[in-house]
Amino acid sequence: MKENILIIGGGAAGMEAATQLKKLGLNPIIVEKSERLGGHIAQWDRLFPAFHPAKDVVEQMLNNVKDVDARLNTEVTDIQRDNNGFHAVLSNKETIDAKAVILATGFDLFKAERKQEYGYGIYNNVITSLEIEKFFKEGKDPRINNPKKIGFVHCVGARDVKVGNTYCSKVCCTTALKQACEMKEVFPDAEVYTFYMDLRMFGPGYEDLYLKTQKDFDVKCIRGRVCEVSEDMNGRLVIKAEDTLFGKPLRMTLDLLVLMCSMEKAKSIDKIQQKLGIANNSDGFMQNKDMYLGMNDSKQDGVFVAGTCTAPKSLPDTIGEARSVAVEVFNYINNK
Amino acid sequence: MDFGFCLSPSSHVKMDSIDLTTFNRLKETNPDVNTCIACGSCTATCTAGNFTEMSFRRLLLMLQRGKEDEAKKMIQRCMLCGKCTLVCPRGINIRKILLDITR
Repeated sequence: MKENILIIGGGAAGMEAATQLKKLGLNPIIVEKSERLGGHIAQWDRLFPAFHPAKDVVEQMLNNVKDVDARLNTEVTDIQRDNNGFHAVLSNKETIDAKAVILATGFDLFKAERKQEYGYGIYNNVITSLEIEKFFKEGKDPRINNPKKIGFVHCVGARDVKVGNTYCSKVCCTTALKQACEMKEVFPDAEVYTFYMDLRMFGPGYEDLYLKTQKDFDVKCIRGRVCEVSEDMNGRLVIKAEDTLFGKPLRMTLDLLVLMCSMEKAKSIDKIQQKLGIANNSDGFMQNKDMYLGMNDSKQDGVFVAGTCTAPKSLPDTIGEARSVAVEVFNYINNK
Repeated sequence: MDFGFCLSPSSHVKMDSIDLTTFNRLKETNPDVNTCIACGSCTATCTAGNFTEMSFRRLLLMLQRGKEDEAKKMIQRCMLCGKCTLVCPRGINIRKILLDITR
């Protein structure tokens, strides 16, 4: 008989883990709280560093899991350990008995209105990195009206003790440069600025994207954090920042400001996490057994973790972890 | 009557009204000016920089922040030895750019 493996979360990590577990002869069951599989990445238009359509990757992943048992619009409401593994109760009153549980619950996007000084939700022309991605995907947003000057703010809700997030969210730097280039593609006459503190181009081809951003797209990267945003009489945005390389404060009027929101561990799993005995690190992300050889293991027997529930990660990172968690679970089942 | 009060000019760089003529002209013939990553290698190796305020990294920024007069004053310190060009990790032909600025 095929052993059931309960995967909580149907995003990139959950789908890829299910694909691999199926290949390894186990029976993965995905429980997804939203009405579709695909997670955050399905909302994305193109991927860094090479502007690859996200749809290609997502469709392939969805195709891989088309034979996998998946419950949509469903949450795990209760989970208990028994002699055979785990007994989970779902929000549709169904129960699932599984030998192991994979938490692939991902992240919530930082709520930009929490950084009040940036004026999200107050000024019309302040938008988030997700909203601009929707604009690229759908081609329209009433707030994006042929802007002549566009600014991007890095590290919104990251590296910031005032919002309780001291960590780096890892992917926003590269995303900002990608989106800055895309805005230049849509509005070639616009001036595009990014406000960064460090540009963390950590992956293959990312540094090339940076060079391209500077040279081919003429995006101006200014080192300094935007400290406040206000609106002038004409409804344009006035921003203040220090150009820390030049050593002088600067002011600029913009037509559009994009906030690069950080990742926070998804809150909706808190209750189940508590029932399973999985603690968080000081940064609010889930604790794994250790960060080198036990990154997919939790401190609880039979409970595994994958993807952005343990830390901010890029899509390739997440897929890599999803594949490795499948092997971990396979070994766990076979050695039992 | 002088009461001893005066107005201090704002130290803010007003990005909306700066003059970028020189920088934009420079960009046409040297697109590499955009690719500086402000590592400071040019300044650290600069022969003139040892004794004066000469700093090519800063000079490029001055042009981008509308401080042309300051930039043109700074450039007089350069002796065109070309060591900056040797060390630049972005491969920017700094010596040529310095010559083009004064042209």
